[in-house]
Amino acid sequence: MKILVTVKRVTDYERKVKITPDGSAIITEGMNFVPNPFDEIAVEEALRLQKAHGGEVVVVSIGAKDATTQIRQALAMGADRGILVLSDELDSDAVARVLVKLVAEEKPDLVIMGKQATDDDANQAGQLLAGYLGWPQATFASKTEGLESEAEKAQKPGVVIENGEALVLREVDGGLETIAVTLPAVVTTDLRLNHPRFASLPGIMKAKKKEVKEVPIASLGIDVTPKVKNVKFAEPPTRKAGVKVADVAELVAKLKNEAKVL
Amino acid sequence: MSNVLIVAEVQNQTIKPATLTAITFAREAATRTGGQVHAVVIGQGIDGAAQEMAKYVATVHAVDGDAYGHPLAEMYAQAIAGAQKASNAALICMAATAHGKDVLPRAAALLEAGMASDVLGFAEASGLAMRRPIQAGNVIATVEITSTIKLVSTRPTEFEAAAPAAQAGTVGALNVTLTAPKTRHVKFDKVTSERPELTDARVVVSGGRGLKDAESFHKLMEPLADKLGAAIGASRAVVDSGWVPNDLQVGQTGKVVAPELYIAVGISGAIQHVAGMKSSKAIVAINKDAEAPIFQIADYGLVADLFKAVPELMEKL
Repeated sequence: MKILVTVKRVTDYERKVKITPDGSAIITEGMNFVPNPFDEIAVEEALRLQKAHGGEVVVVSIGAKDATTQIRQALAMGADRGILVLSDELDSDAVARVLVKLVAEEKPDLVIMGKQATDDDANQAGQLLAGYLGWPQATFASKTEGLESEAEKAQKPGVVIENGEALVLREVDGGLETIAVTLPAVVTTDLRLNHPRFASLPGIMKAKKKEVKEVPIASLGIDVTPKVKNVKFAEPPTRKAGVKVADVAELVAKLKNEAKVL
Repeated sequence: MSNVLIVAEVQNQTIKPATLTAITFAREAATRTGGQVHAVVIGQGIDGAAQEMAKYVATVHAVDGDAYGHPLAEMYAQAIAGAQKASNAALICMAATAHGKDVLPRAAALLEAGMASDVLGFAEASGLAMRRPIQAGNVIATVEITSTIKLVSTRPTEFEAAAPAAQAGTVGALNVTLTAPKTRHVKFDKVTSERPELTDARVVVSGGRGLKDAESFHKLMEPLADKLGAAIGASRAVVDSGWVPNDLQVGQTGKVVAPELYIAVGISGAIQHVAGMKSSKAIVAINKDAEAPIFQIADYGLVADLFKAVPELMEKL
């Protein structure tokens, strides 16, 4: 089975980003960059499926040259080779259309992507890709077994492949839904699907020798004019800090008499 | 082409509350585009829900059939694209629920249109520029959709539920030709809980890593929730540790909630989490670390050992 998995280089979501005084841009200088955490879960799932079913795991990133670092990280986890589409920042729609081209070339059985990137938080690219390809989609993949279960310790994949279908458990409003999608398909990952492994030292050494093919975006022949443009950035409105209460009794009194929520 | 199409969500034969918040956005959008508000109601046996929706909008397109028995994105996206043509809509909106997040971007691909996710409202007094949170809620971006057809998912907590319109609209059946299905519904396990749903609850009690382990989380948070008739939420750290299912996660990458009372227990207040609860009416934080960022947004902060404070709170409630 051949799996295409995407990794986006994003600003560290635990650090606060700054905005230029005129609100025209986000200052990324000096920021720490990491692989999108949902994409690391996607890479992990791809590696587990490869272990169970054989085949190849190809990592794709779209971005500037420095996204090579994030591809190498995925290769160090165990992925086989990488493709870097050299490009400026794209909107979700253009990302999906770039991936359509790569899918046509690579012909994977499964594309696994993080459900959203923690920088633009769009949560669209996987669904768009499936829509453009006419493939079925299983978004927000999770699994029945908990992250502290034996199955997780044994690195068992959460996505079940059988009879040409992928069975995927999804956490939706009010419960857990299981759907079966005919391969080829697009799966996007949620937090509870797995704990991504850390790269081992031998893995890091091996990754240095693995192929990362660079593809200039112009060579793909697609129009990447954004359909959604960010025109301005601002700090979110801040909520004022209230008061500190001395003890539980005062807290209950305030909630009853002042906030009137009890 | 200036109409606005709202994608209604049906739950237990009625319109889901989140849809009513998207109607509020749709009506504002229609005043800006100078068009009418249409709705599409999709499902199996949805006459009642379609009639209910007609109380709110001028025209309802009812897409009814066996293929829509379960909310599968593959079929529903095609129904939305069909309804766009039937309604001649320039703008399509839907609440950013789990189903909305799944299906709307797929519909955007079918329509080759741009989409803005998780929209908080319009950016200016006129025009269609919108505000949406990015960077884990650290930044509010103003976005413009440049395609002719525009899709928008709206954050339910940011809009009031709409009231019925003065005059009820009409319902018409819409047939959509579907491609051969590649998605199969296998099963749905309803999470049976006596507690209200997280996104609809009047009170939310939310636990973080300060609770130390899964056992204390359940031992302390569950009785507190039951006492208050509250839903239980959790920080991302807790979900990451596997103490509770992902669907309890409050934050930019989880559920966004705005209850009347939000009690954060042992939660430090990472931006990611705050982005999912800061619209709550009253926020209480209980944390032993006086410097925890959660205190910067809490209306009532209690610096205390939660293992003592929570049982005491139970007693005094």
